Amino acid sequence: MIPELGQVALVLALALALMQVVLPLVGAARDNASWMAVAPPAAQGQLFFIGFAFLALMQAYVSSDFSVAVVADNSNSAMPLIYKAAATWGNHEGSLLLWVLILAIFGAAVGTFGNNLPPKLKARVLSVQAMIAVGFLAFMLLTSNPFARLGQPPADGADLNPLLQDPGLAFHPPMLYLGYVGFSMAFSFAVAALIEGRVDAAWARWVRPWTLAAWIALTAGITGGSWWSYYELGWGGWWAWDPVENASFMPWLLGTALLHSAIVVEKRDALKSWTMLLAILTFGMSLVGTFLVRSGVLTSVHAFATDPARGVFILLLLVVAIGGSLTLFAIRAPTLRDGGLFQPISREGALILNNLLLAVGCVVVFLGTFMPLFADVLQLGAISVGAPYYFLIFNPFAALLVVVTAIGPLLPWKRADLAGALQRLTIAAIATLLVAGLVWWLKTGGPLFGILGAALGTWLLVGTVVEFVERIGLRAPAEALRRARQLPRAAYGMTLAHAGLAIAILGMTGSAAWKQEEIRTMRAGDTVSLAGYDYRFDGVADVAGPNYTATRGTFTVTKEGAPVVTLHPEKRVYPVQGMPTTEAAIHTTGLADLYAVIDTPDAAGGVAVHLYHQPLVPWIWGGAFLMVLGGLVSLSDRRLRVGAPSRRRVMAVARP
Amino acid sequence: MRPKRRRLVFVAAGMLLLGAAAALTLYAMNDSLVFFYSPSDLAVKQIPAGRMLRVGGLVEVGSIVHDGDGTTVHFRVTDLKTAVPVVYKGILPDLFREGQGVVAQGTLGPDKTFVAAEVLAKHDEKYMPKEVVDALKKSGRWQEGTAP
Repeated sequence: MIPELGQVALVLALALALMQVVLPLVGAARDNASWMAVAPPAAQGQLFFIGFAFLALMQAYVSSDFSVAVVADNSNSAMPLIYKAAATWGNHEGSLLLWVLILAIFGAAVGTFGNNLPPKLKARVLSVQAMIAVGFLAFMLLTSNPFARLGQPPADGADLNPLLQDPGLAFHPPMLYLGYVGFSMAFSFAVAALIEGRVDAAWARWVRPWTLAAWIALTAGITGGSWWSYYELGWGGWWAWDPVENASFMPWLLGTALLHSAIVVEKRDALKSWTMLLAILTFGMSLVGTFLVRSGVLTSVHAFATDPARGVFILLLLVVAIGGSLTLFAIRAPTLRDGGLFQPISREGALILNNLLLAVGCVVVFLGTFMPLFADVLQLGAISVGAPYYFLIFNPFAALLVVVTAIGPLLPWKRADLAGALQRLTIAAIATLLVAGLVWWLKTGGPLFGILGAALGTWLLVGTVVEFVERIGLRAPAEALRRARQLPRAAYGMTLAHAGLAIAILGMTGSAAWKQEEIRTMRAGDTVSLAGYDYRFDGVADVAGPNYTATRGTFTVTKEGAPVVTLHPEKRVYPVQGMPTTEAAIHTTGLADLYAVIDTPDAAGGVAVHLYHQPLVPWIWGGAFLMVLGGLVSLSDRRLRVGAPSRRRVMAVARP
Repeated sequence: MRPKRRRLVFVAAGMLLLGAAAALTLYAMNDSLVFFYSPSDLAVKQIPAGRMLRVGGLVEVGSIVHDGDGTTVHFRVTDLKTAVPVVYKGILPDLFREGQGVVAQGTLGPDKTFVAAEVLAKHDEKYMPKEVVDALKKSGRWQEGTAP
């Protein structure tokens, strides 16, 4: 009964969304306040119905109702409760439901808290938001109904893919979707502003917090996914340039660009049409990402069982949404007048360069991701594009971007003195040379890019610190403290995020350049040395989990005789699907990860062991954490707080 | 600087960057693109030893042999028409087993043995690499709906 109610709720949500598309839009065009007023309650109603449907599906999972097809396919009564609940979005249908749920949350948030938006802009934003909802609700109801019943329910479910039975499933997809779908807000605001034909600083002030929130979630989601694959798949890496990883990385690149260009719109009343375009394309990339995951056109570890009909539908949605908004953009963009004038060498100029580099980076990733598809269509043969391509083409632009990121914040608006800014970075330059020299001396024979990466990371880190110190001044501690207190939180956010990026770059470089590994068959008592650590293998034991059995190995790790840690890698078998999984054992020293993986023992009692020494990998997670933290601090800035812009300014803008 | 001139500067900068990206892409094409072959293709076509490539198909039943050292494994990848011998040193993916779809990346040795640097098996029981499906279709051994 409850699944049927869930289905009815989805249909009602679709009906409400249709109404929310038409009435506010027409109302805004005709100046009809009561039609425009339909939008907020409609958005709240949508959230209610979609939330109900989501809870209904989750209830079916938690109560193991195997008469519902997706539950029977993706759950099992022996699973721990948390995975039963998280399995709600561990499949195609459920993850779509999560997608529209987050969309509805954003829509309802604008409807409820956007009281200081000009009424027409608000009505149009909600109308555009509802258009997206209509598309996805229709997609769900027509091609992937999560509530479809089975005529003959099985006695027990087919189990959730064991790789997904991990706490990662509880946070990675929701975070990622929060990011993807969060960019729909920037998109809706952009399209609404284009319909209205007006973009001003106040517009940017409303868009920035939404974009920032989406960016924070996407950053956390991508990092979470990377971390998950690092410890769960046991392959010793954290990024594979897999199409679906790229699918989340492309909106991140454009979203980062959007975040920066919106600053220029807000502070300098310039770059309006470019920012509009970015807002449209960023969400476009989110849709492309959805298309990649759902259609199965590209080989990827994330692809769910494929269904061409779904791919065609999403492609259609993509064409309508992006084609439509770009057409609107083409019509309206020439009417957008930029206010602030500036020289190429200026803060604005640096932010434009940042945008160009991020956009080109996105193009490079896009080409690499879709090249196999193009080659297939053009009958050039089956190809795959792997890490070497990205290494060679993406990295030069990323490197240039890092160089600029350290300089940009030192440049004043409008017109700047580049030589002066570089002079202020003397300390950073010296530190960079020192670190490069040190790395060269320590790791002679290591790859050149290791030195370059370490230099770039140092340059950005020290440059960011220099900028911050200059802001608060260094002379008198009391004065510095006073200035530090007065600094806006957005400034702290930038410092944290840039420093985080620098640390993450150091981590990525360290792991890519100096990873060491050892593959060996070991018997109890054997010892292997790797990167100065001695791993003594103490044998394997069988252990039982709630819904799996595992072979657990024990390694006693020592360094120069002193005990470091005991590692317990596992090889698990989930009997319902008969599927083995690898559980890596990881110990972090802060400077490196000790990483061990075992295979099932062979007949003679030997165990194939794969040990990795992963230098600086913890810095990747730490750096990403700082970036997220910086985003959160910046989001809490009074100026950006959702709904915080002062009343007077809003009135001034609302006046026609 | 007038806005028009300024815009020109930035458009030129953007074009320059895109041009650089295009040039780099073309340059990288030669080395970093990895072509995929089915076992039948591999037997027919002349491929220089040492060129990075991918081969995909099913792991031939009964072909998996572990070497004495325990970490080197030999198996054959087949499209049910032709089979190619593969050697790999390392721990195989969890879902690697006889009769299952697999894609291996590596180089062709002088004795026509494929030396795999990487073995990719699927992450999901229901999912079959698209290249493997195509290879099986090409060899005429693909049966719709009965994916192994």
